[in-house]
Amino acid sequence: MNTIIFRTIAPYLTALMVVFSIFVLLRGHNEPGGGFIGGLIAASAIAIYGISAGVSEVRRALVFHPITFAGFGVLMAAIAGLMSAFVDVPFLMGLWLFIDLGDGSELALSTPMLFDIGVYFVVLGAISTIALALEEDEDGK
Amino acid sequence: MIPTQSQSFSMLLVAIAPFLAAFVAPTVKRFLPNHAGWVLALIPTSIFLYLLSFVDLIAQGEKIQFALPWIPNLGIQLSFYLDGLSLVFGLLISGIGAFIVIYSGGYLNGHYHLGRFYAFILMFMGSMLGLVMSDNIITLFVFWELTSITSFLLIGFDHSRQASRRAAIQALVVTGGGGLLLLAGLLLMAFTMRTLDISTMLQQPGFMSEQPTYLLVFILVLFGAATKSAQVPFHFWLPNAMEAPTPVSAYLHSATMVKAGVYLLARMSPILGGTVEWQVTLPILGGITLITGALLALRQTDMKQMLAYTTMASLGMLVMLIGNGSKEGILAAMLFLVAHSFYKGGLFMVVGSIDHETGTRDITQVSGIWKSLPVTFFGAALAAASMAGLPVALGFFAKEEIYLIAKGMEWQHWLLAVTALVGNALMMAAGAAIAIRPFLGVRIATPKTPHEAPLSMLVGPAILAVLGVVVGLFIHQFGDWFFSPSASAIYNHKVSNHLGLHFDPIPLGLSVVTWIVGGIVLWKLDRIRDLLQALARVWTWGPDKGFDQAMFGLVRFADWITRLFHHGRLEQYLILVFVALGVAIYTPMVLNGSLPDVPNVLPQLRFQEWGVLLIAVLGLFAVVFGRTRLVAIVSLGIQGFAVALIFLLLGAPDLGFTQFMVETLSVVILALVMTKLHLDQRDNRVFEEVIRDGGLALICGIGLTTLLLAVLRTDLDTTLTDFFIQTSVPIAHGRNIVNVILVDYRALDTLGEISVVMTAGIAILALIRLRAGGPKRGIGAIKRAAGQRAKRAASKARSAS
Repeated sequence: MNTIIFRTIAPYLTALMVVFSIFVLLRGHNEPGGGFIGGLIAASAIAIYGISAGVSEVRRALVFHPITFAGFGVLMAAIAGLMSAFVDVPFLMGLWLFIDLGDGSELALSTPMLFDIGVYFVVLGAISTIALALEEDEDGK
Repeated sequence: MIPTQSQSFSMLLVAIAPFLAAFVAPTVKRFLPNHAGWVLALIPTSIFLYLLSFVDLIAQGEKIQFALPWIPNLGIQLSFYLDGLSLVFGLLISGIGAFIVIYSGGYLNGHYHLGRFYAFILMFMGSMLGLVMSDNIITLFVFWELTSITSFLLIGFDHSRQASRRAAIQALVVTGGGGLLLLAGLLLMAFTMRTLDISTMLQQPGFMSEQPTYLLVFILVLFGAATKSAQVPFHFWLPNAMEAPTPVSAYLHSATMVKAGVYLLARMSPILGGTVEWQVTLPILGGITLITGALLALRQTDMKQMLAYTTMASLGMLVMLIGNGSKEGILAAMLFLVAHSFYKGGLFMVVGSIDHETGTRDITQVSGIWKSLPVTFFGAALAAASMAGLPVALGFFAKEEIYLIAKGMEWQHWLLAVTALVGNALMMAAGAAIAIRPFLGVRIATPKTPHEAPLSMLVGPAILAVLGVVVGLFIHQFGDWFFSPSASAIYNHKVSNHLGLHFDPIPLGLSVVTWIVGGIVLWKLDRIRDLLQALARVWTWGPDKGFDQAMFGLVRFADWITRLFHHGRLEQYLILVFVALGVAIYTPMVLNGSLPDVPNVLPQLRFQEWGVLLIAVLGLFAVVFGRTRLVAIVSLGIQGFAVALIFLLLGAPDLGFTQFMVETLSVVILALVMTKLHLDQRDNRVFEEVIRDGGLALICGIGLTTLLLAVLRTDLDTTLTDFFIQTSVPIAHGRNIVNVILVDYRALDTLGEISVVMTAGIAILALIRLRAGGPKRGIGAIKRAAGQRAKRAASKARSAS
């Protein structure tokens, strides 16, 4: 399975998939996509990189242990929910901020988006944790 | 009376301040290692003075109420209620609490964890104050459980000893278990009476006793009270709780916490009392506890144990009196309660001082030390006088009031009076023994040479002992201030104050009999103790042992259940899961008779849809007939992809998209699991197993199909769908409804789900590591490995240069 073609292409494929996963994540509110599917794509990217380049290499590239990403995601989703406390509305109520970009388009920032990014990190973190732990040999290579 | 806002705030502070103080206590102790107790005692002292300012108002029959919203949706408020009963309790808790905090500073001086100890004691104080001032039953329950928890922490304070740990867990299990029953009882009562506020319940006395739920509520509340207040047969935790440092025993396990059950019964008396059940059960329960406790007290040689059992006896006395429910009974209960808190709190501190100064608290090992500890002796003597009920001490009036019940002249009144008499006499003997034996007589050598205890350890016993006499001297005045208002609160009608030094022949005669019997018991104490100990050697089984056996049985049972379900054989788990799935699918359909008919026409499908279906079927065959497991896993992926294609074709791109990713990752992870577990390449199931597993799979598959057919047969309710379609863009600003539901409408569900995903990730990681033989890799391991690499590189660089 670990041919030279695969090994050569894998880094580009991984980068492409990560970028694509972010794209899918951000368009998710209006087009097909979202945090869950984005996280799955990113996790597959990491799994592919792990198969081709070895787990220790992936761990080095990720800097943090993948489960940390999952924890970060839950934290982020919870923070997105808690934002509502500042404007005295119920927990997890969506808050929106529309920024006029001047050229007729506007940028929409919202707590549901923050929440979705949290979902993305949880799925990414949990799945890649499992995948990497399984890819690893007994001696950690 | 409804207080103003600032008054409400300061009332709230009464319950909160001890918790705040607990928070800073370790810091205070660090800066003032020897005097922290004196500083921290300022908190209970100021609470005491603050509560004292309400005495006049309450004595006039006012009640003070205030509430802060807590969980308004459920009608739960942080509401507080101050009447005669809660005021007396509040004053006892804060007043004795101040002495206890000071005393602890001397008793545990130099102890490494003294700061923590202060924190626990203050937390307990806050819980107890909150408990007696709560109006809302939920608030009451929360504080009730907090007292159990803080008691657990304090009993187990010396956690390096096994006996402490056992006693702490025992107390927690008994009182916490009772607390759960109490919660059930309180909720049932609240639903019956349609209010959560005790003050509202108190306005409808007698309502509850006519309800069909009465008996159940009564039993549940009684369980709560009996476990907390150490009534037979739940008394065993109290003597064991003496493993705690002595200030804890003096405070929690004699003056305050164990009286929480008594408080509860007193509080509930107008609501639940007055019935035959109440007036029969409580006096019997209390009477048995009284006599048992008093007899067990005489069996002990450890003075702390003697006091513990007399405390149990006193609690029995209080329950008996509240159960009696007459004016005299209630007034006697309040007098006895205050008197007991004074003298028993004081005597516990005295015993603590003796232990601290001589190194032993065995009553047969200490003698004639009064010259070395004169102030302590003074406190002990006065406390014992009050306990014996000698004239003008508070205990005297308590006893007279109890014996007044005998004037009812019916047999049950006499039975109660005689029980009280026997109990009083035995308790008097135990108390007098503690005040006399160690101090008077011939001096014998003790493990340590005794000196008078430090000032911090004298203040409490001395002042409490003096108070016991002062209150007795001015009994009428104190009756106006405290005893009459509190008794009125329990009785729910005005209980007039007739207290004073006038001698009624019947009570006085019974008092004299008490003193004579008590004197004889004291004189023959050693004989009686030998006798009781001989009895104990014959009769070895008791609830304490029963507790151990029950706990052991519980562990064994849990072990058995675990072995039954957690046997470690994967295929058995899977069989269980799928059998459960089959049962869950078929049972409702068969019971409701909603099994759908099998459709007899082929669906009209387009060419490409038939193609996809064919792929799915091919994948399926490959799974079943695949030669190796890897082929089967990959074929499963093919089958899944086909399903994803169907989703795409039917216009659910989101679903299809996700399905593709899930299938891909499943195949990858399944393949990895296979290599990781070193499974055989091929499936080596024997014929019987193939039949079993295949049959199960078919049954579940057919079940799911039928379920889907049944779902399609009903009309789809589109209310929700319409709502989402209409509102998704205008209020949630998103056109992808699936995503909007996930991150906005149902965000709380999603939050729960992602927490589960994260937890599952952690659990799987742990399992894989466990298999790999210990926590070798991980966040820490990576850092360690990186550190080692850096070190190696550095040493290499050094050796190279």
